[in-house]
Amino acid sequence: MSSSLPMANTCGRLEAAWEVLRQIPDPEVPVITLAELGIVRDLRETAGGLEVVLTPTYSGCPATELIQDDVRKALAAFGEVEITLQRAPAWTTDWISDEGRRKLKDYGIAPPGPVASGAGQPIRLVHRASLSKLACPRCGSDNTEKLSAFGSTACKALYRCMACREPFEYFKPL
Amino acid sequence: MSIQSIKVGASPEVQYLLRVGDSCLVLAQRISEWCGHGPILEEDLALSNMALDLLGQARALLTHAAKLDGQGHDEDQLAFLRDERQYLNPVVMELPRGDFAFTQLRNFAVASWLLLLWRRLEQSSDAEVAAIAGKAVKEAAYHQQHAADWVVRLGDGSEESATRMKAALATLWPYFNELFEVDAVDAAAAERGLGPAWVELKDDWRAAFAEVLREAGLECPKDSAFQTHGRKGIHSEHMGHMLATLQYLQRAYPGGRW
Repeated sequence: MSSSLPMANTCGRLEAAWEVLRQIPDPEVPVITLAELGIVRDLRETAGGLEVVLTPTYSGCPATELIQDDVRKALAAFGEVEITLQRAPAWTTDWISDEGRRKLKDYGIAPPGPVASGAGQPIRLVHRASLSKLACPRCGSDNTEKLSAFGSTACKALYRCMACREPFEYFKPL
Repeated sequence: MSIQSIKVGASPEVQYLLRVGDSCLVLAQRISEWCGHGPILEEDLALSNMALDLLGQARALLTHAAKLDGQGHDEDQLAFLRDERQYLNPVVMELPRGDFAFTQLRNFAVASWLLLLWRRLEQSSDAEVAAIAGKAVKEAAYHQQHAADWVVRLGDGSEESATRMKAALATLWPYFNELFEVDAVDAAAAERGLGPAWVELKDDWRAAFAEVLREAGLECPKDSAFQTHGRKGIHSEHMGHMLATLQYLQRAYPGGRW
């Protein structure tokens, strides 16, 4: 199956595959790529082609299957594409690259802040209202308020800016 | 997919994982019934998103349980071809969705319970279970916080919303007992390090529950002796009706695909 591909130049082949991988956009937030989102964990060579290791963002993310199809299609020229879903360590928004964060912001989605350290601490269930001081990705004002913790997708919350009056989405730290 | 109903084996590992996986699946089904019926668009979206998270967690656990069960079934077969007595979720998950207060109070109680459970399952001796929990624990934290806000808002809201929240609490409270029952399946899982005996979660759950009730101006009901046995497959009259909806398509068109 891989006979048509130059096996000698392994390094170049992997690099070329990475080059293709790096261009694949996220289907739900197409302004950033899968690589920038931090879900491409590894790319390995197999006897018949390639193995791509992906990590899911949310357990129920409906884009998971679509993402696998997109990766398969994009890498079809490299032979058989095997996709491995790796759950551990769990994906975190801390893996979104700086470039990815910049693109999100330019697109009008406030990028996620750092994930609070010290998991296992008791969660603050009440009296959290004053904690939000999120800057509006459009005008920069921090006079904003949360409309809903869940937006158009599980990974985003809905906010509005009281200064420029525009609604915007916030990529939640996870 | 065949139309024949299937059964899983009696191994405590499989039973333990299905108790958790079925809880996620059945609650996901109940929450998803709000899709298109939420009181406001934002809440419609939030409930649908939480249902999706729970469904994803259920898929992972059912897939793993099927593998441990070793009969060659997959997640879809476990979801669509098991009869009522083969479902092992506590009864509280299958109760009809009720009004918005009922839904939010149940969501809060279950999310608080799942959050504690996932935290313990992160230490599971089964690496796959630990990996599933590592992801789910973060999702449960968001679910808990969201539902807690609503319990406070409704409990401490108008006369009407407070009345409804009180009624939800009175109805649901006895059903929470099953989340902390002790039995042999539980004990075996704890002994093998698969996961905690659920009773170990009780004190922390009570503390979180009491904190939010206090803020909502609601009184914690007295302990109840009421018992349900969904974990052993003995369900309420609502379960069969719910499964009829959940399973209809695969029963009518075996193996049908999108």
